[in-house]
Amino acid sequence: MNLMIIKRMFVSGGKSFIRGGAVSAATLLIMTVTLAIISSLVFLSALLSYTLNIIENKVDVSVYFVTTASEQQIFAVKDQLEKLPQVTSVTYTSAADALTAFRARHANDQLTLQALDQLGGNPLDASLEVRATDPSEYQSIVNFLEASPALSSGGASIIDRINYAQNKEVINRLSLAIQATREIGFAIIFLFALASILIAFATIRLAIYTTKDEIAVMRLVGASNAYIQGPFIVAGVITGALAAALVLILLWPATWYAGMKTAGWFGGFDLASYYLSHFILFFLILMLSGIALGSIASVLAIRKYLKV
Amino acid sequence: MIYFDKVTKRYGDTAALEEVTLSVAPKEFVSIVGHSGAGKTTLLKLLLAEERPSEGAVFFESIDVNDLPSSALHHYRRRIGMVFQDFRLIPNKTAYENIAFAMEAAGRSDDEIASDVPYILELVNLADKAPLFPDQLSGGEKQRIAIGRAIINQPDIIVADEPTGNLDPINTYEVVEILKKINELGTTVIITTHNKGVVDAIGKRVVTIDRGKLVRDDAEGRYVL
Repeated sequence: MNLMIIKRMFVSGGKSFIRGGAVSAATLLIMTVTLAIISSLVFLSALLSYTLNIIENKVDVSVYFVTTASEQQIFAVKDQLEKLPQVTSVTYTSAADALTAFRARHANDQLTLQALDQLGGNPLDASLEVRATDPSEYQSIVNFLEASPALSSGGASIIDRINYAQNKEVINRLSLAIQATREIGFAIIFLFALASILIAFATIRLAIYTTKDEIAVMRLVGASNAYIQGPFIVAGVITGALAAALVLILLWPATWYAGMKTAGWFGGFDLASYYLSHFILFFLILMLSGIALGSIASVLAIRKYLKV
Repeated sequence: MIYFDKVTKRYGDTAALEEVTLSVAPKEFVSIVGHSGAGKTTLLKLLLAEERPSEGAVFFESIDVNDLPSSALHHYRRRIGMVFQDFRLIPNKTAYENIAFAMEAAGRSDDEIASDVPYILELVNLADKAPLFPDQLSGGEKQRIAIGRAIINQPDIIVADEPTGNLDPINTYEVVEILKKINELGTTVIITTHNKGVVDAIGKRVVTIDRGKLVRDDAEGRYVL
């Protein structure tokens, strides 16, 4: 296929799109709605991940040390924990810091503070708060701690307690809930994307159906199948690219407005900031989806009218 | 040039054509007449390879049309200019573009298109209608554009299926005159028609088909049904 034919296909496809009038406008509208749905699914997926990450980050395991354990011993344990691949962070809280935090937390509870004063000294233990990459990893971290030789001092364990056992049931349920939410969420997103793609396909098929007589004439005047298909594919690509551009433009005010109204609900997830920081991703997803949808739907729709 | 060899075409149990044998020599003007449903259009569809015969063979020069692969059909069809009763212009192309499309499809250069299309528009007396779309043209003008599209690639043969069926007497006369002129310039013309006046005006060979069978073949242009 030479350049002259390719140029003619582009010119003819462009003219068909412009002269298509209501049919072109309807196809463009449906394609725009489809791509808008796809982009809102990208937002939904990001929001889902963000929310689940926040919930995951709220889960941790605290390791409390006996009052006789030295800071040096505790830091040795901390170093070992930080070397584990399943550990994301380990935070040390000294007994004094724990007491200060306890007093601050119960500043309005005079009875508790008086009881604390009557005990004399600091009854609270130093602790390490351990966060794992995934809630399902906590069991292995606890197993590691129980088997670690660094935890014993003169034959006695320096660990007073680990709050994993009491939290285990909640952590396991939360892990399952997060996993299920993720899987169901993405399945729903996939279904919505599929449904909107099918609607766009059907619209393009319908638009090409209206030109089936025209295609028959083209065949009878001796146009090759490739020459007939070319302008329809070009028109499909133009529709997809224009729809993607429209959605990219409309997303800015839409995310700004929606972000302003919903920032409080989404735990700090700002739609507008997310859109701006991921603009290239949105551009690529929408442009490629639009162009692929427009061209593939055109090829599939026109194929049946090219049979002799 | 064209030879139908005992051609039968069936649609299910119904025979649209039965054992039709017909030959058309180069530069001939043949009118095919018959009632609606007689098989005239089927005959043309077989020639254009839009349909395949159930039995028999259709030859165009030495080519057996049945044997043409799908990939070669467009080359074959470029040798035939087609005119339809309902014009079949491409609605979103102008008169100029409709004629140019046939040249573009044949791979002709932009320079050739720029020189030939205005010439053809002059020939069919529609130079001033070049930028208009089909729905801005009258029936007669549409048919003349369709004839322009059919002849632009200088085909070996013009096939016209009821070309005057949707036209008033004045436009019918103009279209017949154009077809006669094309034939005088050396192009074979085959038309199907119901119109006795058209057949008489042409005054050339008439083939009569009745219920799928070739019943008359008169060299002197007589319309008998």
